[in-house]
Amino acid sequence: MKNRFKKLLVLLVLPMCVLVTQPVMAAKDSFKVAWTIYVGWMPWDYANNAGIVKKWADKYGIEIEVTQINDYVESINQYTSGGFDACVMTNMDALTIPSASGVDSTALIVGDFSNGNDAVILKNKKKLKDIKGQKVNLVELSVSHYLLARGLESVGLTEKDIKVVNTSDADMVAVYGTKDVSAVTTWNPLVSEIMNMPGSNKVFDSSQIPGEIIDLMVVNTETLKKNPKLGKALTGAWYEIMAVMSGKDKKAKDAKTAMGKASGTDLKGYNSQLASTKMFYKAADAVTFTKSKALKSTMAKVAKFSFEHGLLGDGAPDAEFIGIETPAGVYGDKKNVKLRFNPSFMQMAADGKL
Amino acid sequence: MKRLINRYPDRTLSVMLGALPFIFILITYIMASDARLEENSRDKLLPSISSMANAVDKLAMQPSKRSGEYLFWTDTESSLTRLGLGIGISALIGLVFGIVNGAIPYVRANFSPFITAISLVPPLAVLPILFIVFGLGELSKVVLIAIGITPFIIRDMQSKVMELPSEQMIKAQTLGASTWLIIIRVILPQVLPRLIAALRLSLGAAWLFLIAAEAIASTDGLGYRIFLVRRYLAMDIILPYVIWITFLSFFIDYLLKTLSECLFPWFHAEDK
Repeated sequence: MKNRFKKLLVLLVLPMCVLVTQPVMAAKDSFKVAWTIYVGWMPWDYANNAGIVKKWADKYGIEIEVTQINDYVESINQYTSGGFDACVMTNMDALTIPSASGVDSTALIVGDFSNGNDAVILKNKKKLKDIKGQKVNLVELSVSHYLLARGLESVGLTEKDIKVVNTSDADMVAVYGTKDVSAVTTWNPLVSEIMNMPGSNKVFDSSQIPGEIIDLMVVNTETLKKNPKLGKALTGAWYEIMAVMSGKDKKAKDAKTAMGKASGTDLKGYNSQLASTKMFYKAADAVTFTKSKALKSTMAKVAKFSFEHGLLGDGAPDAEFIGIETPAGVYGDKKNVKLRFNPSFMQMAADGKL
Repeated sequence: MKRLINRYPDRTLSVMLGALPFIFILITYIMASDARLEENSRDKLLPSISSMANAVDKLAMQPSKRSGEYLFWTDTESSLTRLGLGIGISALIGLVFGIVNGAIPYVRANFSPFITAISLVPPLAVLPILFIVFGLGELSKVVLIAIGITPFIIRDMQSKVMELPSEQMIKAQTLGASTWLIIIRVILPQVLPRLIAALRLSLGAAWLFLIAAEAIASTDGLGYRIFLVRRYLAMDIILPYVIWITFLSFFIDYLLKTLSECLFPWFHAEDK
């Protein structure tokens, strides 16, 4: 009886363990990529629907499945736990979620940086300094929080001078309409929605810290190392769409209309969001940006902010605990590099070698 | 050979059988967590028991560096306050409206269809309206819980009042009782234990609405913490919080049950 019970236990437990452990990573030929709705990531949706991703995957003899996830943080968590091989995210979230969880990640494509898409908005007040003593509604620990911290710094205030209220992005616009809320920090399309309401003043936005909030396509480093084809196919597909988008012809207009529709707005709305986004339409520009010294110092600021807010985990003794590799050098612990900016695939695209 | 339906486990075996699923989940978890940690020692998805203990120690036993508060306990306190207020208000409204609806046909004709309709509106779908009407503070969180569970309690109370034997009402009337006296002396004592039973059943829903409210706009609370640390996949905090919430609900349920048994032993006479 006891033996049978043991057998039963083993029979029941083993398959569950197999289910929850990560599949062993080896060279394979089918990959999963996750994306979420944001102005700088809509091209992935278009590339998927227009068959551009498939075309490039076929060229390299692999399969790429592109999945839209409705919840941004959930998509990164899924990527971190091994459910996806690649995922779109910002530079800060790449550091604080996968890298801080020990998942070595590579920024394969530097797509754009926010150039006004994220903003601090005050109701009936005109200067950032007026924020002192107010409650600020934002998604805590997100890039909004980082932007706010940078903004406060610029006028000699700190987070102690305000009180942050964690607010879901889905409800930000509704919340702003209530009389209790006098200050918010959020991103587009919510910013433009809120700016349409009376009394709203944009007092600080990401164009004042250009190049610090960066939107990336992040790939698991080990997967990329074993399957460079995945990197080539994704990069190739991306810059094909970039070429389409940056054109002035009907094709560019059609593509942007499709992207606007998919993100819940129209061509006009999408164009206005693009205006506050610095897209790297040319691979060469993205390479220059990635190779710049500024990227390293940006990541140092982001790491410092993340450490101060406990985002690098309990085990982190200081901001330099996680190494960040950039072409200009490694920031932090060289023995614990978990986030890599690798311009080599974008360079191939720039050289026309894909 | 006794039939299976007539065979009962003895006390010890029954406790062991009851514990089995829990032990099974625990072992599965530990094995899976070990396997993942072996591959990546900083995996956050299935943290080890010791790292969870560490996280709890940090939140519950040491004051927070930023505010000097014991976060675990302040979270618990604010969540329980909201939950208590929400359930208390719902119980009061539910009792009054339920009895009046059940006892007075004119009121029933007037309100019953409306309450039925209201109870079918998913509260989370009207959140933006709640925010605009009740603001963003504590009030809107309590109101969300109340809106979520009051209609259910009213309907339940109403049907319980109508289930009371009509002979009782007739007898009370032949003895000269007025409507008011019948409500206070015949109906009220009989539906009070049923109110507690309804509250126990709506606890789960009340927690759901509380956590939803805290996730949307808040500065403290159990739901707030879970949704905040989810941003960096801190399962070592989330899992103990989930267990804690489960324990709290279990404890509240137990309290309500004991209260009911103490106050209304006649109601539970048949249970034993």
